[in-house]
Amino acid sequence: MILNMNPDRKRKKDDLEVINEIIIEKKYARSSLYKDAWRRLRRNKLAMLGLAIVIILIMIAIFAPFISPYDPIERIKEESSVSPNGAHLFGTDLLGRDIFSRVIYGSRISIQVGIIAVGISALIGLFFGAIAGYFSNISDAVIMRVADIFFAFPYILGAIAIMTILGPGIVNIFIAIGVLGWAAFARIFRSSILSIKNKEYIEAARALGASNYRIIIKHIFPNAMAPIIVYATMNVGTAIIVEAALSFLGIGVQPPTPAWGKMLSESLDYIDIAPWMMLFPGMAIVITVLGFVLLGDGLRDAFDPKLK
Amino acid sequence: MLIIKEIDFKYISMLLYIVRRILQIIPVIIGVTLLLFTLLYVIPEDPARLILQKGATEQALENLRVKMGIDKPLYVQYWRYVKQLARGDLGTSYRYRRSVNSILAEHYPNSIKLAFVAIIIEIIIGIMAGIISAVKKYTFWDTLVTVSTTLAVCVPVFWLGMMLQVIFGLKLGILPMSGMGDGSIRYYILPAIALASVSTAFVARMTRSSMLEVISNDYMTTAYAKGLSNFKVIGKHALKNALIPVVTLIGLDLGALMGGAILTETVFSWPGVGRVIYLAILQRDAPVVIGGTLILVFIFVFMNLIVDILYAWLDPRIRYHKREINV
Repeated sequence: MILNMNPDRKRKKDDLEVINEIIIEKKYARSSLYKDAWRRLRRNKLAMLGLAIVIILIMIAIFAPFISPYDPIERIKEESSVSPNGAHLFGTDLLGRDIFSRVIYGSRISIQVGIIAVGISALIGLFFGAIAGYFSNISDAVIMRVADIFFAFPYILGAIAIMTILGPGIVNIFIAIGVLGWAAFARIFRSSILSIKNKEYIEAARALGASNYRIIIKHIFPNAMAPIIVYATMNVGTAIIVEAALSFLGIGVQPPTPAWGKMLSESLDYIDIAPWMMLFPGMAIVITVLGFVLLGDGLRDAFDPKLK
Repeated sequence: MLIIKEIDFKYISMLLYIVRRILQIIPVIIGVTLLLFTLLYVIPEDPARLILQKGATEQALENLRVKMGIDKPLYVQYWRYVKQLARGDLGTSYRYRRSVNSILAEHYPNSIKLAFVAIIIEIIIGIMAGIISAVKKYTFWDTLVTVSTTLAVCVPVFWLGMMLQVIFGLKLGILPMSGMGDGSIRYYILPAIALASVSTAFVARMTRSSMLEVISNDYMTTAYAKGLSNFKVIGKHALKNALIPVVTLIGLDLGALMGGAILTETVFSWPGVGRVIYLAILQRDAPVVIGGTLILVFIFVFMNLIVDILYAWLDPRIRYHKREINV
């Protein structure tokens, strides 16, 4: 409209024609937000490093039985606290268990907690965020005040309080971390809904008679997902650190299940005689979290290049 | 006359903001107590059994339940719990048969001292690193700061603590590995570094981006054009403006440091409130865990309030729009 107000334009090519030519030339004909983001992400070396770390880790977690040379909970009495060597790449712990195999199996716990706990947070958060953002009225006020209560807890503190009561175990970790994390998802999703719900295309859908449900699922959801994907990716790293902390404190995963945090607390009393016991599980945590953080940073820049 | 009116308006809007902000805290506090009450009294195993251990007669258990009031309906219990909290009483430890208040009061000073040293490290190293990487943008130093802040966020506090113990305590033998000893500053260094690591990284990043924003302003060019030295421009003009968001971040951190204290104090056997909570977890001593957590949450909420009020004072626009917390 505004472009056409210039009378000179009439003599030149129509604006739409020009845009169409550009689209065809650059082969962006079916370009979408996600395709553009993926294109930008691929050019970001650090993000691709993060993605590679994440993919390799998931592979390690899935194929743990094939990769690990020993049974992670089998004790070899003659080989207790052996320093790293050819037979035991990362050495053994005081009970004679192979640390390399335990680190490999430990990835299963971390990846599971990271993905499932954050998935729970995201589901709860999206549900309440959608209600709060789309129907902004009393439900909005109530939901956001409840979210404030959850924000009042430092993450790790809340997780400790819940785990103390629920008792240790991996399912309780899913619940504790999952339930604590929903508020941030709700807040992010609510604000992105607020910013798009008055856009023209939503109004158009409503004018065509689309139901609230259809508008949320078909139109708002795909357009509001970008910040959620970014936050979820970064949050997986946080969830993995919190799980490690819980297991370290003895209220997370229980022995003999190999978990990185638990392995660190087991090594705490022996850092003077067997320092390798603490070195490798710690490095595994750092590399894993780094993978998700780099990927998350990359996704943020890819979805919103202006922020960079 | 007009000026006086403007000042009046400033104070009134400020006052209204403070009142509104305090009113907002009330439901949060009620919600937190309700949540903790549920965790403490509803879900866990029978506290009477925990206190009297095995072998207690059914009659003795019943007597204790009546004495503790846990035979009453839940809303009666909650009301009793709130009244107890309003008096500032956090209950009695299941294990030590002592009031939670006295246990926490005994250990709090040690935690606060440690947090204080951590904040000093955060301010000195975080702000310095941020300034250097902003002023020397895209050089080796900038990359070094960016890489180390990214890594610092990924390293679990407790693992960093253990590594510091091994390197400085065990291999080099220059610093004590754990405990508070005679309370000299040497004992503070390693736990304070571990505690401050993540926050220092955030402060450095925040300082960097805030400095970069300020440096691009026109008045910076003017300052250079006046012929001021680099040191004066950065130190006097840029820093003053760039540090406002950093100061608020540090304020918020006081609360977050308290959460990190549980892990750091456990690794370093530091006799603070974090370690008390950790030991209480192992002994399933719920009143101490919940009481300690409640105090830490209160500190967190209270610091948030102070930071918000400070922020509103420094930046009048905030008073009309709610500040969104960065997540």
